[in-house]
Amino acid sequence: MEEKIIRTQGIYAEFPRKGPSAAPSATHYCPGCGHGIIHKLIAEALADYGLQDRAVVISPVGCAVFAYYYFDAGNIQVAHGRAPAVATGVSRAQDCVVVSYQGDGDLASIGLNETLQAANRGEKIAVFFVNNTVYGMTGGQMAPTTLIGEKTVTCPDGRDPLTQGYPTHMCELISTLKAPVFVERVAVSDIKNIRNARRVIRKAIEIQKEGKGYAFVEILSPCPTNLGKSSVANNEWINTEMVKEFPLGNYRDNTATAEPIVRAKSDFTTESLEKLFDIANIPATIEHKDPNFKESQVKISGFGGQGVLSLGTMLTQAAQAAGKQVTWYPSYGPEQRGGTSNCSVIISEDRIGSPVVYHPDLLVAMNRPSLEKFQNDVKPGGTIMYDAIIGDVKLPEGVRGVAVPAQELAIQAGNPKGANTIMFGVILGLGLTGLPDTAFQSALAASFAKKPKLIPMNLEVLAFAQKWVKENVK
Amino acid sequence: MDKTTPYPKINALECKSCGRCVDACPKQCLEIGNELNVRGYRPVVYKGEGCIGCASCFYTCPEPHALEIHIPKK
Repeated sequence: MEEKIIRTQGIYAEFPRKGPSAAPSATHYCPGCGHGIIHKLIAEALADYGLQDRAVVISPVGCAVFAYYYFDAGNIQVAHGRAPAVATGVSRAQDCVVVSYQGDGDLASIGLNETLQAANRGEKIAVFFVNNTVYGMTGGQMAPTTLIGEKTVTCPDGRDPLTQGYPTHMCELISTLKAPVFVERVAVSDIKNIRNARRVIRKAIEIQKEGKGYAFVEILSPCPTNLGKSSVANNEWINTEMVKEFPLGNYRDNTATAEPIVRAKSDFTTESLEKLFDIANIPATIEHKDPNFKESQVKISGFGGQGVLSLGTMLTQAAQAAGKQVTWYPSYGPEQRGGTSNCSVIISEDRIGSPVVYHPDLLVAMNRPSLEKFQNDVKPGGTIMYDAIIGDVKLPEGVRGVAVPAQELAIQAGNPKGANTIMFGVILGLGLTGLPDTAFQSALAASFAKKPKLIPMNLEVLAFAQKWVKENVK
Repeated sequence: MDKTTPYPKINALECKSCGRCVDACPKQCLEIGNELNVRGYRPVVYKGEGCIGCASCFYTCPEPHALEIHIPKK
């Protein structure tokens, strides 16, 4: 006899995990867990709407971390609470349907900020928020949604608002924002509620199919294990206790008036990326290995605004132009205002493991605090270049000191802002990095590619500094 | 079992005996069985008659493949 069969759709037939399993098509969830019920409803909707091949389900951290074992769709498993950020990236990069699946700890605690920001931007995501009032995977700790008086392992006397605050109402919070298209709270307790949840979940998926924007569905769900209740008692508890704190119903429905969101298409073509990173102006590299090339570790330090970081990038570009391996590693932050900022550059023939420079071969110090901070780190036999304006210095033994009147020379060269280019030229003049003149010249050309008028002037400063070295440094 | 009327098909290996379907069935035609499966659960069994094909058990069941509903076409 011909039969109609009602069965699960959109979920893999088997869930292979590590090693053989007694029941390869059974989930990892506890008996009576709500996740499986919700998985089935979401998967069914994706399958019914023909969306599996263009759907990406974001697996959270929590019991549903393994959602990717089950949903026969695209999957990404993300860090705790970060589903809205990843979902945003996916939905903006590709024309696809994005489903963010999160529990109460993940969404309403660690991920609360991102949840609200993504909702406020009206991202094209269907968010399914599974609220069972506890952290399940870690063993039943208090969650943002734990009810007042509810006992968990971390509030064994029951949640007390005086010490633990009140339950967080996500539907209510999100419906204060303007962008969300659809916000509703449902429950997967008794069959009447489950059928309603099925309708609402389908609606949230439909909104994604039509590209209309952000849909948020909170699902009150059982966790018999951590609530210490039978499946049936847990359903009863949802229907009597949970719904008092978290009333079921619709909080926003703009689906009838919402228009599909059309954002500018992301351009990932090679041409556009090359333009973005200005590939045309990065000097061509040469392919050879020089066994005699000596690695240079350089530290450049000074006040913010003295061109410290850009001297570092110029050196980096020179190394690139000469086909060397190079790293540039800036250090700033609180030191941007008034203190020292510095960067480290390593130039090597071989691959560089770490960009951190502890003991430089060359220290370029643009002011006294920088000199004092780093001079004792310089390798024996290394060089310290410092601005002569610093005055009398007492350098550590075994290092070579070169006082460069960088600011004065820059003025003489006709470019008062070019003290760092003077230093650049002195590095070249002293032959400290083993890189050729042409590399330094093309680095300047690359550095000023956006202001081509400044290139000849800076090349002059470079030559001026080289000449100064010849005439003044022994 | 009568296959001219609707009936549930239960995968005894996957059933975790949570009892949600027993509670959800409007015709009380499911019950927790007496046999242990290899995983140590007592899977639900169909009493053999009474199913109306409403699929309440299917939708309340947390396991994707533990339960399916067969409805003969007239």
